[in-house]
Formats: sequence, structure tokens, C-alpha cells
Amino acid sequence: MNLANLLKIALKALNNNKLRCFLTMLGIIIGVASVITMLAIGQGSKDSIKAQISEMGSNMIMIHPGGDRRGGVRQSADDMQTLKMTDYEALRTDAPSLAAVSPSVNSGGQFINGNNNWPSSLYGISPEYLEIRKIKVGEGEMFSEQEIKSAAKVCLLGKTVVDNLFPDGTNPIGRTVRFNKIPLTVIGVLESKGTNSMGMDQDDMVLAPYTTVMKRVLAVDYLQSLYASALTEDMTDQAIEEITEILRTNHRLTPEADDDFTIRSQQELSQMMNSTSDMMTVLLACIAGISLLVGGIGIMNIMYVSVTERTREIGLRMSIGARGRDILAQFLIEAVIISVSGGVIGVIIGGAASWIVNVVAHWPVSIQIYSVILSFAVCTVTGVFFGWYPAQKAANLDPIEAIRYE
Amino acid sequence: MSEKREIIKVTDLRREFIVGGEKVKALRGVSFTIHEGEFVTIMGTSGSGKSTLLNLLGCLDTPTSGEYVLDGVSVRTMSKDKRATLRNRKIGFVFQNYNLLPKTTAVENVELPLLYNPDIKQKERRRMAIEALDAVGLAERLEHKSNQMSGGQQQRVAIARALVNDPVLILADEATGNLDTRTSFSILVLFQQLHARGRTIIFVTHNPDLAAYSSRNIVLRDGKVISDTPNPSPASAKEMFDSLPVPD
Repeated sequence: MNLANLLKIALKALNNNKLRCFLTMLGIIIGVASVITMLAIGQGSKDSIKAQISEMGSNMIMIHPGGDRRGGVRQSADDMQTLKMTDYEALRTDAPSLAAVSPSVNSGGQFINGNNNWPSSLYGISPEYLEIRKIKVGEGEMFSEQEIKSAAKVCLLGKTVVDNLFPDGTNPIGRTVRFNKIPLTVIGVLESKGTNSMGMDQDDMVLAPYTTVMKRVLAVDYLQSLYASALTEDMTDQAIEEITEILRTNHRLTPEADDDFTIRSQQELSQMMNSTSDMMTVLLACIAGISLLVGGIGIMNIMYVSVTERTREIGLRMSIGARGRDILAQFLIEAVIISVSGGVIGVIIGGAASWIVNVVAHWPVSIQIYSVILSFAVCTVTGVFFGWYPAQKAANLDPIEAIRYE
Repeated sequence: MSEKREIIKVTDLRREFIVGGEKVKALRGVSFTIHEGEFVTIMGTSGSGKSTLLNLLGCLDTPTSGEYVLDGVSVRTMSKDKRATLRNRKIGFVFQNYNLLPKTTAVENVELPLLYNPDIKQKERRRMAIEALDAVGLAERLEHKSNQMSGGQQQRVAIARALVNDPVLILADEATGNLDTRTSFSILVLFQQLHARGRTIIFVTHNPDLAAYSSRNIVLRDGKVISDTPNPSPASAKEMFDSLPVPD
């Protein structure tokens, strides 16, 4: 008995039972397609979270004043004045793991240009802030150290602010806008970053030297927060240790005292978001896996019924010279053909469904090669596994009884 | 007849079954020899052991004791797989209920035994199937599906399937049992034609009328041969068929 003949026999048998064959395949098709689509959606959202985080600066570290709690009562970070200019200077000089440090003081209010006005936030920062937050200057240029020292009345506008204060499209550079009656000369416009993953407009901001904001706007001598970035993402933990060390020394904290500042890194955020999306992916994979299993059981069910239904045919084949192993091979080949072609169709439908999800729902998707291989392998294995038992049963039939089976 | 080849030689064939803990003796010592070119009817009422004998002669089963030599090969100690191959090369079966594959064309049904013989190539297979269908008078219906044919035509396809591997023996099990009288005779005519061309045929039936058309009649009762009579001048099934009224 050669393979070509066996294939021919199995194909003919399947062709004679197209509907049954299709119904069996359906389970496998749905299983494979859902595994691929769900994993593609899971991976797609993970990728997009990752991309957004790295856009915000994946090695960014934020330092806020105040410990997590003091005397059991949490306090608003804005009310605390523990971060000083000396802390900023110490971090600049003494922390080797930091690539950049910038103070941050901000104030919200109305910006006015002629008869246009727009509520926005004024961020008092140093030029290194651009590097930390991955912001680029589109037109014009960043303020200089000299302008920081002199607390110059200059600013850079975000895209949204430009659109609202200069709706007629005039070039804002060189013009003066007012913030709380303080005139600020526009020296640059920031490149647009769009909205972030939380839906916040990242272009709705105005940057100015921190000295200007501290002295001329807020009239304070403390910093609201510090932004820093580690040299690489992997060095974030080391950088956090250094910062803690420096700030504790600067603040003269005894070893048993709690920190009077809080350090957050983007890594924590990305880990948290990743674990959430990992959980989603696992959940989706479980659902898809169950549908794959159900598909496998479907194959066994149909194969089993088919053996009983075709007992006479099996008896006939045996009486005209088919050996047990020929019958076994025929039923196994039928199971393999059903599961493999179901798998192929499932892969195609899974790909198409992922694409439709992307186009219609605008969800990010990323089809994983491993999910294609995995689901395909699983469905083939279940097909053969669940096809084996009924095939074995068919092969062991007694030809005498089988041929007279009613 | 002694100069002719011995196709079947059975000696003291016995077959016992255990049914519900009790031993049932289906065959209690059967001996006979069938030569090439004989048309033998084996008769007996139900329970006489004729089905058991048919299974043994068809190599579907092995005897409890006794010897069975088919075309010079001893079957008694053969393995299941070897018997399957032996059936494929030496025996053609014709069943009462035709046992054609459904939704399959006549020619594909006839090709079936050859698919289990790896020595036969595809082109040859087709040619042999067409030849066999031609021999049973169905050359015009090669591509008809089994469910598009009458009972008589289906049985002809089944006979063609039994002929296609050029067997030394054709075993028919109540081959006319499901057919009306007229069609039964047309099938008998076909068997007689095959016999005239030198085929060895064993026809198992419970219908005693059919004995007149064969060249030898073996009657079984209670697992034993009670009569074994040659029929030197078989009646012509063709004449009988021609004398039957044609239905409207």
C-alpha cells in the first residue's frame, strides 16, 4: 500500500462527506483564528504601550518633595518645600548615573496675545528638560544658561498654545505673550507630540527658564519637582540609589528617618502597564486555547461517529484486501487533512480578522509568528491525537462483523 | 476433472465459537475439493454453518482445526495482514447488499481493490476497471454514481469489482438475495457466462432453486456436508430469463 493510494482513498472519502468534513474543520478554524487574532491584539496593545512609554522617555526619573507619608498623614506634594536649588545642583554634579537633570516649577494660568487668550501651564525648567521628556524645538531655539541666570522673560510655546494664541497663522517667534501680566517673548515653538496614552494633550504647554517662573511668577525659593534621566534604562535603579543617597545627605536625614522626597521612575509605570497587558494576553490566550481544545474534541467526535457510520465500508475495504494498518492510515490521513487544512484556513481567517480589527476598530495589532506556529501545531496534534483513537477502533474491527453491520 | 488445478482443498475443517461461555460448533469437520472452472452452490438453512464456511473460504476467518489450502497456499496459520493481501490477490467477493461506496462512480468502485495493490499503476488500474465493467455489460455506465443505479446494475458493478483483480475464486454471498426474480436471473446469466469463460465460482445461498444452474451443489446441515452432487448439465439461466415476462 503506497502513500499516494492512501491519500487518494482518504481524499475521496472526505470528498464524499463534504458537509461533515467542513463542520469538523469549523472547530479547528475558529480555534486557530481566535488564537491568532487574540494574541495579535494582546501583543499589539503591549507594543503600543511600550512605544508610548519610550516616547515619554523610558529612563525618566521624577523626584517629588515629601515622603509617601508623614505621621501617618499623606500630604500634597505641592505643599511641601523640601526640594531646594541646592538639591538640583548636587544632583547635577554628584550623580554619575544621570544623563540629565532639570528642576521643574509650574504654574497654570491664562496666556494672552492681543484679543486671543488660552489657559495653559507654564513650566519652569532647564534646557536638559527637553532631553529628559524627549521634546524637540521645532522653530526658534531653546533659552541659554545666560537667560536662566538673568531670569529672562522668554518662553517656548507648544503647538496647541500657538494655534490658540495665533489663530491667523502669524509666526509667533519674536512676539510677546502675557502670562499673569508678565510679558514673555516667544523665542521658539516646540515640535508637536500629540496626545499621550492617557489622552492628555502634550502640546498644551509653555516652557520658560525655571528662574523666571520661581522669581517672577511664583516668587518661591523651592522646587516643585525634579526631573532626571538615567544614562540607560538599565541604570535606572542605580540612578535612583544615587539620588536617594545625595538627597538624604543634603537634607541631613538620620539613618532611621524616612525619606522626605519620593522618587518615581518610568520603569515602574511601564512594568505596571506591561503586567496589565500581559494578564490580558494570558486571558485572551486561555479563551482561544479552550476554543482550540473544543475544536479537537469536535474532530474526535466526528471521527468516532464516522467510524461507526462507515463500519460496512471498513468491512468492505478489509474484505477486498485492506489490512488493519491501511484502515488506520486512511482514518489518520483523513484526520490530518481535516486538521491541517482547517489550520491553514484558520491562519488565513485569523490574519484577516486581525487586519479588520486594526482597520475598523483602530486597535493596534501585531500578528505573532509564534502564535501562528503554536496554534497550527496544536491543531494538527489534536487532530491526529483525537483521530488516532477512532482510527485504531476502525482498524481493529472484525471484517466479518463489519461487512454485515446494519 | 482430476487433471484440473485444485483451487480449494479443505480437510476436516472445524470451527468453534465461544458464545456466552458455551462452546458452539459451527463446523464439525467439512472436507471437499474444488477444481478450477467449477460453479459450486453451497446451500443450507440458517444455522447450517454456511456463513462460517464462507468466512473461512474467503480467508476472513481461520479454522479451529483442519486444513484449508487456497490455490496451493495453506491459510490456517496465516497472519491477519497476510490474509488481507491474499484476499486482495486471489479472491473476489460479491455481497448480498452490493456494498458499493456511496456517491462514488462505478469505475472508482471497481478500482478500489487495485488501490490496495501497490504493484498496479494508475493507468493500468483504470484500464482494468473499464475491462471488468465491460465484462459485466456496464461499459456505458462508467461514470454513473452508485446511488444513480438500479439494484441489478449495482450488483453488476460489485461483480466487476470482484473480477478486477483477476481472482482465482469468486465468492458470492446470497448475490441475488436482494433482487427481484427477473434481475436475479440476469445476474445468474452473468455468473454462468463467467463460468463458461473458466472462472471458479462459489455461490452461497439458501435458495434451493439455484442449484439447477450450477455445476455442483454442496448442502450443509448442522456443520456437516450432507450431500455433494455434481450437476453435469446445468439449466440455462438465459432461457429462464428470456421466458420471464418483461415488466411494464
